[in-house]
Amino acid sequence: MVRFLVGRVAQMAVLFVVFLSIVWLMLQAMPGDISDTLVGNPDIPLATRFELRERLGLDQPLLNQYVTYITNFFRGEMGVSFSRFPQDVSTVLWQALPRTLVLFLSATLLAFWLGFKTGKLIAWRRGAIAEKSLIVSGVFLQTVFYPWFAIVMLWLFGFFLGWFPIGRFIDSNVWQGSPYDSNDIFFAMILSALVAVVLYTVARLVIKRIANNLVTQDRLTTIAGVITVGALVGFWYLRPEWPYVFDIARHTVLPVVTLALVAFGATMLLTRGSMLETLGEDYILTARAKGVPDRVIRDRHAARNALLPVTTSLVLALSFVIGGGIVTETIFSWPGMGLIFLQAINVSDIPLAVGALSITGVLALVGHLVADILYAVLDPRIRIA
Amino acid sequence: MTTVDDQNVHPAELGVPASGASARELTGGRGLAHTPLWRIRLRLLRRSLGITWGLFRQNRMGMFGLALIALFAVMAISHPILMATVWDPAIYDPVDGYDAVMTEFTVVENGALTDEASQIELNQARIELNPMVTVGQVVTIPTQPAPPTFEGEHWHILGTDVHGRDIMSQLLFSTRAAFFLGAVAAITTVLIATSIGAVAAYFGGFVDNALMRFADLILLMPLLPVLILLSAMFSMNMVILGIMIGVLSGFGGVAIVLKSQALAIKVKAFIDAAKVAGGSDWHVIFRHIVPNVLPLSFLFMMFGVTEAIAIESTLSFFGLLNVDMTWGLMIQSARDNGYLLSGTSYWWLLFPAGLAVSFLCFAFFLVGRGMDEVINPRLRAR
Repeated sequence: MVRFLVGRVAQMAVLFVVFLSIVWLMLQAMPGDISDTLVGNPDIPLATRFELRERLGLDQPLLNQYVTYITNFFRGEMGVSFSRFPQDVSTVLWQALPRTLVLFLSATLLAFWLGFKTGKLIAWRRGAIAEKSLIVSGVFLQTVFYPWFAIVMLWLFGFFLGWFPIGRFIDSNVWQGSPYDSNDIFFAMILSALVAVVLYTVARLVIKRIANNLVTQDRLTTIAGVITVGALVGFWYLRPEWPYVFDIARHTVLPVVTLALVAFGATMLLTRGSMLETLGEDYILTARAKGVPDRVIRDRHAARNALLPVTTSLVLALSFVIGGGIVTETIFSWPGMGLIFLQAINVSDIPLAVGALSITGVLALVGHLVADILYAVLDPRIRIA
Repeated sequence: MTTVDDQNVHPAELGVPASGASARELTGGRGLAHTPLWRIRLRLLRRSLGITWGLFRQNRMGMFGLALIALFAVMAISHPILMATVWDPAIYDPVDGYDAVMTEFTVVENGALTDEASQIELNQARIELNPMVTVGQVVTIPTQPAPPTFEGEHWHILGTDVHGRDIMSQLLFSTRAAFFLGAVAAITTVLIATSIGAVAAYFGGFVDNALMRFADLILLMPLLPVLILLSAMFSMNMVILGIMIGVLSGFGGVAIVLKSQALAIKVKAFIDAAKVAGGSDWHVIFRHIVPNVLPLSFLFMMFGVTEAIAIESTLSFFGLLNVDMTWGLMIQSARDNGYLLSGTSYWWLLFPAGLAVSFLCFAFFLVGRGMDEVINPRLRAR
């Protein structure tokens, strides 16, 4: 397992350097260089421009430039943003990163969890009307024009029904005169949610040890989940930061649900297909012949094995979630990396755009690594071989 | 005239005729040796297409998708015809056309507005018309965006957009662009992915490793952000975008899947037979492996079209493409002019274009799923 992990991490590191090189090549392929955009102004004399080129190292041989680019990236120096001038690219991105991560992670997990549960159930009750309508809506969710879908969701739940705020990260009316910084509160929220996840996982493991009956086990896990969520909400409710925490949470729901819904369709369809294949296997027939209860066959014998291909699809879903994240952040004015990326593109702020793209590449790589590890954990054949 | 002695004969074609077809059926009554090879091939092709069609027809969702695609094709064809015959280009041109629809409003007191569609506030009317307007007067004001109108000389079946252009004309015009882009992207994808998959599977070893590692890398690239950056750096039109999408997805995931299919073909006996008969590497790859991978390639073409149209619409929704008019651009112009949350009150600005993209992608996806069931018998209903 350790060897497998080290190998994968090394592979990912190499891939990332190649990815950075491709981004650099794209920059080189752009006509002119960055000094052209900086010094398009005729008032700035030619000598200044050459001085600038020298300062930025643009007069160096290409190989030197390449090495400088790569080493600078790993030192965290991604240049200065043009459009937010005094700020470093890394500072801008560092502030936006947690918001994007929360959007990605919660949407992916929600979509995966819901999609797997639904896919399992509809494969089990094949031919029901619920199955057909869910398949059609699943395919539609998978192929719907996402920006339009997000606009309709925003209009329906934000404007027409008024359940959620219309976009943005915080409501300035609530935060006026607040003693807290929104980033600090958000960070504390993430931390508390992580603690809750860890506690819930521990509880699940304990329950698995204690309860030998599958039905009691399921019931206890549900109770543990409800208690964890209740404790998390209760903890914040009793603290003085509650109105601010509630404000951020309220703004988070709609973007996350919208992004999750679209990813949900694909996961559900895939789970259904893989579950149907598993249900045709001989060992399912054996289990039935032995008189194993239906519920156990479904959840333990079939669904466990159907999980494998779905985990692989997590990798494919990742690129979708990254693309969808940009659209979501733009339409919901969610100040994450996607929105910053697009704003940078619109004003030709190339250093910021390239920085955001590189960080997105890191996210994609880490996501792949996690999916690989999950796969190895689930399938012993990969771990051992 | 070629005969069966020809070296190019596909061993599978001369083997035991599949699914109960007799040699007589293939040769049309004449002896095998006297029938031109192309005719046999044509008949074989027709028969296998017939079988495929028979299987595909049982899939109702796939047939629904096909019908939807046919509907969109009719839409695409009808635009130039309508422009040439019924529609006046000055009014109905999707980009330059203009028509201000005259709407009657009753002037009401300021703040007493109850129905936006037929009433106008006094101040607003004075600004738009003239300062002499009084309450209770019925005035006609040119409006844009205008709701669907079926009156007067120029009908606007789906209303007009914020610049007074006919939505229906824009919708039909964009259909053609979507089909064109989908075709370019899908064909590029399949050409690249099939060649790479076949070459990697056939040669194996270093070539295989290098190509597949490269495919892994491309698979890792977040497609949409990379294309957004590229379209910011270079001016992109439909052809370049289609080729770029095709190259990026052709070198990536599709190549990996097609390679595994090609591997399964490579170990079949007729490949060895072809090699023993003296076929060169490239001959074996392009005459024997590629044709057998093609059904699966065709499947990925359908999914490729879906993806390409979705990406193009998203990019033009962000206003990053150098195009005249597309569905994404229609939504963008509604959004940029402040109709983002107009919802059902200005439904013709957001819904026709959004639904058109969704349904065309939906249709290609359904056809892809239907073909998947034909190729992959395990998926069929039991």
